Formats: sequence, structure tokens, C-alpha cells
Amino acid sequence: MEKPVIIGVGMVPVGEHWRVSLRDMAVEALLNAMDDAGIDKVDSLYVGNMASGSFIEQENLGALIADWAGLGNIPAVKVEAACGSGGAAVQEGAKAVMAGLEDIVAVVGVEKMTDAWPSDATRYLAYAADAEYELFHGASFVALNALIMRLYMKTYGYTEEDLAHFAVNAHANGAKNPYAMFKKPITVDTVLKSPYVADPIKLFDAAPMCDGAAAVIITSKEKAEELGVPKDKMVELAGFWRAIDTINFANREDFLTLKAAKVAAEKAYKIAGVTAKDIDFFEVHDAFTVMAALSLEALGVAEKGKGAMLAKEGQIAIDGDYPIQTMGGLKARGHPVGATGVYQTVEAVLQLRGEAPEGIQVPDAEVGLTQNIGGTGSNITVNILRRV
Amino acid sequence: MGRPMQVARHWRHFREKYALIGGKCENGHVFFPKRPVCPVCGSRNVEEYQFSGKGKVISWTIVRNPPSGFEYYKPYPLALVQLEEGPVVLAQLTDVDPDEIHEGMEVEMVTRKIREFGEDGIILYAYKFRPPIK
Repeated sequence: MEKPVIIGVGMVPVGEHWRVSLRDMAVEALLNAMDDAGIDKVDSLYVGNMASGSFIEQENLGALIADWAGLGNIPAVKVEAACGSGGAAVQEGAKAVMAGLEDIVAVVGVEKMTDAWPSDATRYLAYAADAEYELFHGASFVALNALIMRLYMKTYGYTEEDLAHFAVNAHANGAKNPYAMFKKPITVDTVLKSPYVADPIKLFDAAPMCDGAAAVIITSKEKAEELGVPKDKMVELAGFWRAIDTINFANREDFLTLKAAKVAAEKAYKIAGVTAKDIDFFEVHDAFTVMAALSLEALGVAEKGKGAMLAKEGQIAIDGDYPIQTMGGLKARGHPVGATGVYQTVEAVLQLRGEAPEGIQVPDAEVGLTQNIGGTGSNITVNILRRV
Repeated sequence: MGRPMQVARHWRHFREKYALIGGKCENGHVFFPKRPVCPVCGSRNVEEYQFSGKGKVISWTIVRNPPSGFEYYKPYPLALVQLEEGPVVLAQLTDVDPDEIHEGMEVEMVTRKIREFGEDGIILYAYKFRPPIK
């Protein structure tokens, strides 16, 4: 089966965008992507979003954004998979192209979180967990991940300082990304001195509440050539898959394995014809430092229990063996939840085109991987992108 | 003004929430909460199972930035409790000094207030766990 290619990308900087609406950000990112692709219309739209109904009391984002962008009577729909919505939307868009139903598909990930009270936003995020058996007891998302972090540290003998290296790496890279929310590097001390949100997770172990939108244009290679898109602007979606696990974390078979990520990655690797060793960089879902560690293990980059060691040894830096968070990751670029998977995709395309900002370009990158987690690991997508 | 059907929404689960009643399939697998398909073997022949309520803590945290509705109770301890029958349950800990919580700490289930002050005026009760009274 012919693999789809991405020919256009666009995004707005991640931040607290009080002066614009969700629709404004979405349209800006989308139009930027269309301009980048050199097109003025698309055949359909897939919107990655997690909780617009809760955060801003607006649903039916497919119609809203397609209407606002002047796209006409095209099919347009919102794809929701919690924080993994963006990655899932990219997959749905790619499938539409592969199916031959649509020639040119737009995917927009968008989220506006900062219109809500912090405690309400905390509640809305927990809607991705088990509402009746987790949120009901007062479990916030940070608390659920804190339970994982404590288990990880206890089981494998790590300290809070060991995991802090993931945050330091994120901010080191984010400092060079003009689209990142946080543009200052930090030290391990910065992390260790920050307050506990849910012990042992501290403020600097966690990704921020923020707003943002990112977009990609997906088409077939045949159509791209017909449109006259230069080869070095095309990035192929070489393989992708996604999988679920138990919605309730307490029901997991193994608390320290992201089984859904493992299943999705193994399938994506097979489809792309690569292994973890062939990947030049990994945009993992580092919403929390411990999730970055578990992700590296599930993706086959590190052995079980050794994910945090890679951070400690500096192997996750841009010039390391396994670069992650190349443009700041969720921690420093920001995590506008439903948009994150599309941001990761845009960043991967820029890396593979050799268009990453100075200082954070992965040299000679040929293959990149994005991994987007929904829930506490209950809905995970893995997308592998390759230079054409 | 609250939302309709909140009493029905919470009352429908009172057996699980108040008495820690889970499920057991024909092959003897026990799980919490009860569900139509056994998560271990896929059997659809499932009946109610009464857990003893005894367990031990395997991980915990102190929630300092709670979701809305829980602000009054913060900071509160939240734990993963492995029941003596095997399944793991997420629950709050109560009647315990947070500094004394430790891995492997033995606990027993009690039924306690989870939340009030919601806009619906409903007071929610469910299982929590505490160190056994000596």
C-alpha cells in the first residue's frame, strides 16, 4: 500500500493566549500549513482535540474550524483520544488518504486550556481517567502519574534527581525553539526546589496548562508530485499504529510497562520496516518525567527499568544517541493536550526536512518517531515519519 | 442549580462504592469493579464477589492540587491498595498520618465520606482504606 506524505506544516506558538479564541488559533495554524503546502483547498479535515466542550464550552469543532477557515462543505470531524487526540487525528487523516477517499487531508490539533479555573482544568483532564473509579476519589492526572513515579523510583532505585534530567533536557531544547512556551534552560536544582504537586511529582516534573494549535497537510505521493511539491519538502508517514490498555490504572497487568505503547510501536516498526535503532529521534509523550522514561522503555530504546538511565547519561540530548524532546517536548514546548500529537508531527517534519531551529537540528535525520499518550497510558499512538 | 439524575448516577454503584463488591468469573478470577467480561479470561459468566477489605499499600501520593470539588479536603493521601485477594484498587487513605504511610503498609477498608459541597448538594460516600485498628 502506498504510504501518505506530509507536504505542509503550520503552528502557533504555545502559550497563554488570552486574546484569541480556539478557532483563531486553529485557523491560523491551518492556513499556515496550507500556505506551506502551496494549496488553497483541502478535501477533508480532522481535528485533534481533547476537551473543548469542557474548557471552552464549544463542540462540533470539525464544522467550526472548516467553516471559519472558509473550506466549504467538506467532511470535518473531531477526533478524541484524550491527550493522544492529535496523534490519532494524524492517523485518521493518513488513513483517509491511503483509502483513496480523499486526495488532500488537513489535520489540526488545537486546545485552549487557560480559559478554565486551574482546579476545573485539573478536573477536565481527569475525565481521561476512569471517572467513576479514579476521578470520583479525587485522583488528578498528576496524582495518578505520581503513583507511577513512586513505583518506578522504588522498583528501580532511582531518585527524584535522576528523573529531573528529563525536564532539564526538555528546557535545554525548548530554549532554542521560538514556538516553545518556556524558552529558558533550567538546572536539576530548579526541578528539585520546585514545590510538590502530588508527591513525588514536583511542578517541574510536569507539563504546563497552555493553549496552542498545530496543523499538517497529508496527501499521496502521486498527488504531491502532481502539485509540484519539491521532494525535500515531503515527509512520508512510513508506519503507524495505536493501541489501548485498561482505562483504570489500578487494573493494569504491569504498572511499569506502557503496554499500549509497546504494542503500537512493534506494529508501527513492522509496517515501516525499521527497528528502534533506525530511528534518529523520538518525540515521546513527556507530560511527566516518569512518562518519558517509561516511553523509552516501551518503544524499545531502553531496557525495562533503564529509561531514566539514558537521561542521566545525557543520551537523550540532541547530540546523544537517542534525541528526545528535540523542540522542548511537552514539558517545555508545552502540552495543549489535544494538539500535542500534531505539534510532535510538525516538529518531526521540520527535523526531517532539516528546517529545525539552529542548535536543535538533529544532524542528518532520516527517520523520526512520535508517541502520543492518552489517559495514563490507556490510548497510545505511535507514528513513524521518514524523509522521502 | 445542579444537574439532574445525580442521585441515580451515584446510587447505581452503591454496592461497589459502599461495600467493595466486585466480580468473580466461572473460572475463579476475581476483579474490581465488577464488569460484564472477565478481564483475565474473557468469560461472560460473572457473578458478584465480596472482597474482605484487607490489603496493603503498593504506591501512594499526597494530592496538593486537587480537581475541583475536592479543594476542601486537600492535601489528602491517595494510594494503590492491593487487596489480599489480588486485585488492586485506587482509593484514598484515611485515619493515617501521611508521614507514616509506607510501602507494604497493611490497611483495611472503611466506608467514608468522599465529597460534599458539590453544586448538587449530594454527599458522596465510598470505600477508603486505613491502617487496622489495633
